[in-house]
Amino acid sequence: MNKPVAPRLLGDSAAADARQRWEDEYRATIGDAEREAVNVSGVPIKPLYTADDRAGSGVDDGLGYPGQPDYTRGIYATMHRGRTWTQRQLVGLGTPADYNERLLGLLERGATAVSLIPCNSVYRGYDMDSVEPELLGTCGVVVNHVEHMDRCLRDVDVGRISCAMNDPSPFTLLAFMLVAAERRGIAWKDVSGTSNQSDYLSHYVANHMFYRLALPGARRVLMDHIAWCREFAPRWNPMSVVGQHMQQAGATPAEAMAFTLSSAVQNAEDCRERGMDPDEFLPRFTFFFDISMSFFEEVAKFRAGRRIWARLARERLGAKDPRSWRFKFHAQTSGVDLTRQQPLNNIARVAAQAMAGIFGGLQSLHTDAYDEAYATPSEAGARIAVATQNILREEAHLTDVIDPLGGSFYVEALTDAMEEKILAIMKTVDEAGGMYKAVESGLVQRMIGASAMRFQNRVDASEQVVVGVNKYRADDEAVSRTAVERPDPEQMRRHLADFAAWKSARSTAGVERALDALTRSAESPRGNVFGAVVDAARAGLTNEEICGRLRRDLGFGQPLVVV
Amino acid sequence: MNLDNFRPRVLVTKIGLDGHDRGSRIVAAACRDAGMEVIYTPPWQSIAAVVKLALEEDVDVVGISSLATDHLIVPKLMTAMREARLGHVRVVVGGIVPDHEEALLKHAGVREVFHPGSTMDDITTRMREYAREARRAVAAEENRP
Repeated sequence: MNKPVAPRLLGDSAAADARQRWEDEYRATIGDAEREAVNVSGVPIKPLYTADDRAGSGVDDGLGYPGQPDYTRGIYATMHRGRTWTQRQLVGLGTPADYNERLLGLLERGATAVSLIPCNSVYRGYDMDSVEPELLGTCGVVVNHVEHMDRCLRDVDVGRISCAMNDPSPFTLLAFMLVAAERRGIAWKDVSGTSNQSDYLSHYVANHMFYRLALPGARRVLMDHIAWCREFAPRWNPMSVVGQHMQQAGATPAEAMAFTLSSAVQNAEDCRERGMDPDEFLPRFTFFFDISMSFFEEVAKFRAGRRIWARLARERLGAKDPRSWRFKFHAQTSGVDLTRQQPLNNIARVAAQAMAGIFGGLQSLHTDAYDEAYATPSEAGARIAVATQNILREEAHLTDVIDPLGGSFYVEALTDAMEEKILAIMKTVDEAGGMYKAVESGLVQRMIGASAMRFQNRVDASEQVVVGVNKYRADDEAVSRTAVERPDPEQMRRHLADFAAWKSARSTAGVERALDALTRSAESPRGNVFGAVVDAARAGLTNEEICGRLRRDLGFGQPLVVV
Repeated sequence: MNLDNFRPRVLVTKIGLDGHDRGSRIVAAACRDAGMEVIYTPPWQSIAAVVKLALEEDVDVVGISSLATDHLIVPKLMTAMREARLGHVRVVVGGIVPDHEEALLKHAGVREVFHPGSTMDDITTRMREYAREARRAVAAEENRP
C-alpha cells in the first residue's frame, strides 16, 4: 500500500531522514530555477506540503464531515452527488418579446431556472424614453413596467420555476413579477427565487450599477425588502450578498471574501436591529462570488469562507438553526480574466475557473461565454458555456465525490492560510466600524483600488502571465472572433412607441396617488418602502417613476470614487 | 511652445449608463503617474457634461472607458465636440469594443481604441503622443493668416 503516512508516525529518525533527503535533492536539482511563489491574496506558496503543514495530528483532524458544522467539506451531507449544482446562465437582451423567446428556448433545452438581466437603463433607474436609444437592450432586457414583465414571462409558470433577477434596490423587477403573478392567480407564497445583487454596499463600492440612492436610503430599502419578503413571499431569497463585483473591480480573493462576509454581518446586524430573529432571515441569505484563474486559491477561498460564516452565524449573530449557518453560494467565472487575444483560449479559462468553483462546493454556477472580452455574449458563445458545465458534470464526473480535494496537504494548509488572511481583513473592517462605515469612508474602495493596481502592474511587468497577451502571442487572433448581436433597432423603436402610447393612456390621477403613497411610506419610519413599491407597480408606475420618487424622498447619493 | 516637454492635460471619464470603473481608475492613475494633468470623473457623464469639461479644462485628450456598449454613443460625442469647436482634442476609447464597431468609431473620428491587454505603458505613451498632436493642431490653427 502506498498510503501516505505522516512522518511522525514512521520510526522517528527514518521519517526525518526521508524528509531531509527530499529537501537536499530538491535544492540540489532546482538550483537557479527556484522561485518565490505568492498567491494573489499574498499567501506564500511552498513547493511541497506535508502532514506537518496541518496543525493537528492527522489530515482528518478538525475537518469534520459534509453537512456538519463548520461545513469545511460542504453544507449538505450529499453535496453534488445528491443534487448537482444549478446551472444558472444569465439571460437578457433586447425587448421583452426577444427575452421571452430566448427564455422559452432555454427552458425547452433543459434549463430549470429563470434568470433575468435588465438593460443598464433599468439598473440606473431610467425608463427607455429618457436614455440614448442606441444603448437600449444592448446589455439586458428593457423592462419598465408590469406589462413588460408579464410579456417577459409569458408561458413561464412563475409559481413553479425559480426566478433569479439582477434587481438592485428598490427591487422594482420583483414588484413587477409579483403583480404579474397575482394577476395570473399565483399566490406569492409559491413564488421562489433570488433578488440577485440586492447588496447595495457592493454596488456602491464596486460596479456602481445602481440608481444613486444615498447610502442611508439604500440601507433602509434593503431592510424593508427583507422584512416584507419574510412576511409575504417566504420562499423568496431577498438577500444576495455580493463579492463578485468587488473581486472583478480588483479585490484579491481574500479581500473579496472578507468584504462579503463583513457585508453579510452588517446586513444581519441591521436586520436584528429591526427586531428580526436571525433564524428568520439568515436561512434566506445567499452569497454570490467570482471565480478567478488562481485555481487552488479559489478552492481555498470558498472552503475558508464557508467555515468562517458558520462560526459567525452561530457565535456572532446568535443563530440557532443550522439552516442559518449554511453558506449557500452562486458563483460566476471571471470576465476580467478573459482575453480578446486568441479568444477561443477563454473556453479553457472558463473550464478551469468552473472546476475551482465546483471543488469549492458551490450551489449554482454561471459560466461565461468565451466572447465576453470583446462583445456581449453571442448565442454560440453562450451555448459553449453551457456545454462546459455539462462536460464537467457528466463526462469528467466531477459530481461523484464530495469535496474531492479535502485532505490534500496543500488545499488544507491553504484553506487555513486563506482563513487567516480573510479574518485579518475582516478585523480591519470591524475596526473601521463595520462594513457600512468602511464603505462610507472609502476604506474598502481604496483597498480594492490598490489591489487592482498591483495586479495590473504584475501583468504589465509579465510577472503574471496572461497567455496571448504578455506571452505566447500570435498574429492570427482576429480570425476566431464572432460578430456581435445587437437588438433589432426596428423592434426597439416599436417597443419605445408602445411605451409612449401606454403611458399616455394611463390615468394621471392614479399615477399621482401611487406616487404620494410612495412618499408617505418613505417619510414614515414604520412604513415599508418595498410594500409601497409593489403597490406602485400594481398601480402602473414605471421603474423611473418609482426610482425617481424614492431618490427624491430618501436622498441622492454619489458613489465615492477613489483613484 | 516646446512640444517635447509639456504636461499633457487629459480627461478620463465614462459616458452612458455603465458604472464599472476599474479600467478608468487604473488608466487615470497611470496617466497621473506618467506626469500628465488628469481630470477624472465618476461614471455616467452625459455627452454635454464631457464637452463642457473638455472646454473648461482645456484638455488635449479625452479618454472614454466603455465596458458595456456605451461606446455606441461615442459618435454622438464626436459630433458634439466638433460643434463646440473642440475638433483638435483627440478622443480615445478603451474597453470592450467589437471589431466592426471599432471601424465605426474610427470613422467618426476616434483617434484610437485600446483593447483589453493593452499595457499602461503603451496607453500613456500614446496618450502623450496624441496630446502633442492636439497642441500642434491648435498651433497650426493660430498661425493661419
